[in-house]
Amino acid sequence: MPIQCSSCAKNRAVLRRPKTGHSLCKHCFFWAFEEEIHQTIVSARLFNRGETVGIGASGGKDSTVLAYVLKVLNERYDYGLKLLLLSVDEGITGYRNDSLETVRRNQQQYDLPLTIVSYEELYGWTMDAIVKQVGLRNNCTFCGVFRRQALDRGAMMLNVDKICTGHNADDVAETVIMNVLRGDIARLHRCTVISTASDGEGAIPRCKPLKYAYEKEIVLYAYFKKLDYFSTECVYSPNAYRGHARTFIKDLEAVRPSAIMDIIHSGENLSVKEGVKMPVQGTCSRCGYISSQSLCKSCVLLEGLNRGLPKLGIGKHHRLHDKILAQQALTEKEQNKLKAIEF
Amino acid sequence: MAAPIAIHLEFGGGAELLFNGVKDHRVTLPSQSEPWDMKQLLVWIQENLLKERPELFVQGDSVRPGILVLINDADWELMGELEYQLQDQDNIVFISTLHGG
Repeated sequence: MPIQCSSCAKNRAVLRRPKTGHSLCKHCFFWAFEEEIHQTIVSARLFNRGETVGIGASGGKDSTVLAYVLKVLNERYDYGLKLLLLSVDEGITGYRNDSLETVRRNQQQYDLPLTIVSYEELYGWTMDAIVKQVGLRNNCTFCGVFRRQALDRGAMMLNVDKICTGHNADDVAETVIMNVLRGDIARLHRCTVISTASDGEGAIPRCKPLKYAYEKEIVLYAYFKKLDYFSTECVYSPNAYRGHARTFIKDLEAVRPSAIMDIIHSGENLSVKEGVKMPVQGTCSRCGYISSQSLCKSCVLLEGLNRGLPKLGIGKHHRLHDKILAQQALTEKEQNKLKAIEF
Repeated sequence: MAAPIAIHLEFGGGAELLFNGVKDHRVTLPSQSEPWDMKQLLVWIQENLLKERPELFVQGDSVRPGILVLINDADWELMGELEYQLQDQDNIVFISTLHGG
């Protein structure tokens, strides 16, 4: 027995929306999905007319849908934005090659200019080379830190005003839970913010237009629109801790779909009580990137790689920053601590 | 006695990786006394098609949360989910949302 669309009452419904419980036909779903993203953009004032907006594009479902919808909305509502695609090549053989091919096709399909920046040109290290040195244990730390900065550096080269990423509602809820589990108050405080401030030096403002879009709807939007995206698992072991948080969120969603919005709502309305020590944002004394330490995480990780002490950036070794800056040699004891690679 | 039925199974969004990377499967479900439903289909898939790591596809007697199911291009939540009775020539799609880009 087909169910009718609860909006137009004419066509057969194709999905039940997790956020609202409404059953919608394809046409009404496309419209609702796009309009909600438009509302998010307008009410949070994510963009200004005339701006150049870089879309962080991985070739995956989220960034593909983001690029497609932003192009549609930019035309439908005349935002007056110049959109471009920005991709990062981490240098992971057999993983990134294929997804970058997808981004190249998206460039043609959506007629948006594409720039690819690589870890190799920015840092002198591919992820393949990093994994060779550090093993599979902590490589996600390197990749995550480097990607964030790579996107910024690429955006600066292109004179981009804002970067937007495909983070969806499920991702944000998952991050809230992870920060609770880690007791990371500073990140917990800022992870639900839709747009980072534009006044910080050395960093380009970032925003998440899909912050309130459910993963289920993103995937079904891509499926029904027949958008071309790439899905695979990274060959270098998934981030296990995040995996647990993800499974937890998905299990909650299966029981009560609104749980995802509720977690985001909780995160947005948390306030940190007075007296809790928060990191002060400054700039890295070596590269000028935003950092709460004298050296940014990326520079410390890179220093560790170049000195053959890969654990330098893993865990807390702030006390060594002065020595690194002064290019002093580390003691044997310090070196041994940072060398150990566990497999 | 219900006659055998031919159906089309499709795996996407990374779910195909659990089926040797094969996305499309045309299969015939054997004749049985009761009509086939989705719950039985999931068991059949597990026994006949699933190549590796079944815990990434099924959880309890349903699909793992995060895998979307479409029956003839409609969300299975509108079709009775596990109780849906399969018809000859049905098209069933499983899309993983759990894979990154």
